[in-house]
Amino acid sequence: MEWDWTFAAEITPVLLEGLKLTLLITLLSAIVAAVLGLVFAVARRAQSPWVARPVTFLVEFIRGTPLLVQLYFIFYVLPGAGILLPPLVAGVIGMGLHYATYTAEVYRAGIENVARGQWEAARATNLTTRQTWAHVILPQAVPPMIPALANYLIALFKETPLLSAITVLEMMNQAKLVANSSYRYIEPMTLVGVFFLAMSLVSVVLLRWLEHRFGRLAK
Amino acid sequence: MVPASTKGAGVSDPIIRIQQLEKSFGPLRVLDGLSFDVQPGEKLALIGPSGSGKTTILRMLMTLETISGGRIEVCGEPLYHMQRGGREVPADEAHLHHMRRHIGMVFQHFNLFPHKSVLDNITLAPMLTKGEPRAKAEAHAMELLDMVGLAEKARAMPSQLSGGQKQRVAIARALALKPRIMLFDEVTSALDPELVEEVLLVMKRLAAETDMTMLLVTHEMGFAHEFADRVLFFDKGRIIEQGPPEQIFTHPTHERTQTFLRKIIAAGHRV
Repeated sequence: MEWDWTFAAEITPVLLEGLKLTLLITLLSAIVAAVLGLVFAVARRAQSPWVARPVTFLVEFIRGTPLLVQLYFIFYVLPGAGILLPPLVAGVIGMGLHYATYTAEVYRAGIENVARGQWEAARATNLTTRQTWAHVILPQAVPPMIPALANYLIALFKETPLLSAITVLEMMNQAKLVANSSYRYIEPMTLVGVFFLAMSLVSVVLLRWLEHRFGRLAK
Repeated sequence: MVPASTKGAGVSDPIIRIQQLEKSFGPLRVLDGLSFDVQPGEKLALIGPSGSGKTTILRMLMTLETISGGRIEVCGEPLYHMQRGGREVPADEAHLHHMRRHIGMVFQHFNLFPHKSVLDNITLAPMLTKGEPRAKAEAHAMELLDMVGLAEKARAMPSQLSGGQKQRVAIARALALKPRIMLFDEVTSALDPELVEEVLLVMKRLAAETDMTMLLVTHEMGFAHEFADRVLFFDKGRIIEQGPPEQIFTHPTHERTQTFLRKIIAAGHRV
């Protein structure tokens, strides 16, 4: 099979459209994962077992099943229960929820690394639980976990092709469409790989910088 | 057990009243029916071997530990109980929050907030819990820093301070909430010997200049002697002996007190 530069140039705009959507999905899913992960982590530490137990179960359940199955479930099974979601929304929810169970573990470790004396000092200065989280615990727990969170961001980015299974027109799906109609796979798949690699390399540089910046701060 | 209060009855209502207090950690019984009163303005030193329950008492007063039985009253109100529907029930978090405003605590390991400047360490709680405006909280914080001799460190981060300086900031932080009762839990134990004096000086001034009630857990017998109106000697969760410092340190009557003080002196602590 010969590499055809003209064909490659021809399909690049379509793939870049897909890349835009891929980046958007990554960003939105990352926000969902970051926020929901924090909610999971805090909820699992709740005093009341009525909160902590169900959340623990949910987190373990989601982490213990494949993302692809969850995506199919959200997109193809939930409509049977009357919940009909557009592909993009279903994808962001699916990926965000799945990665939230991983970020929750990162948050958990970060929170447990905050010395017990900090909780006690917050209590002794009569802060409420909410104030303790917002002003004492999280500002100390979050910076050291930023590199680990960024790692999951890269992983999440690389898993977006799974969304082609639920008809989201991200980069991989665009490439498949191109390939299916032209019967040429080498250019679209190579380009997808190159684009992913390029973005990942940028992210890795960013990650090194984050590690340097916040790793030091953690000490 | 020795009678609870050395001062005559009816002087004033006690600011702290501890009755039949019990505390267990799992199978380990730390306190077993402990009772004593503290009068307003009294400076109390709690001494005794490690594991005798002294620190646990302070931590229970600060609501850092739950009680296993008995009762504590602070400023005339039960600490771990509250009235609901005409009955006394275990206190909820709102009641504990309400009660904690009477009490401040200084810890052995300072526990400053490392991500906040010295000034922010002190102003955080007054601004959050009392809604003080920043300007007012900072003005008060500067007064307190001046009192502990660290006004020039207001903008420093805790990591830039020596242990003694950290502890003086921690004292200022606790004072910023204007508690009626201050608890000092082995506040010099984590310090290098040459840094102990500066912290003790601040506490001496505080004791002399305010009418705050102070409870001090310490191994610094010399300081306890100077600081306290009354010394309680604890062993195995009980008060073995109590009285004015002259009596406890120079004429201890109980054999266990004598042994403890001899050991402390042998270990190089000043009396």
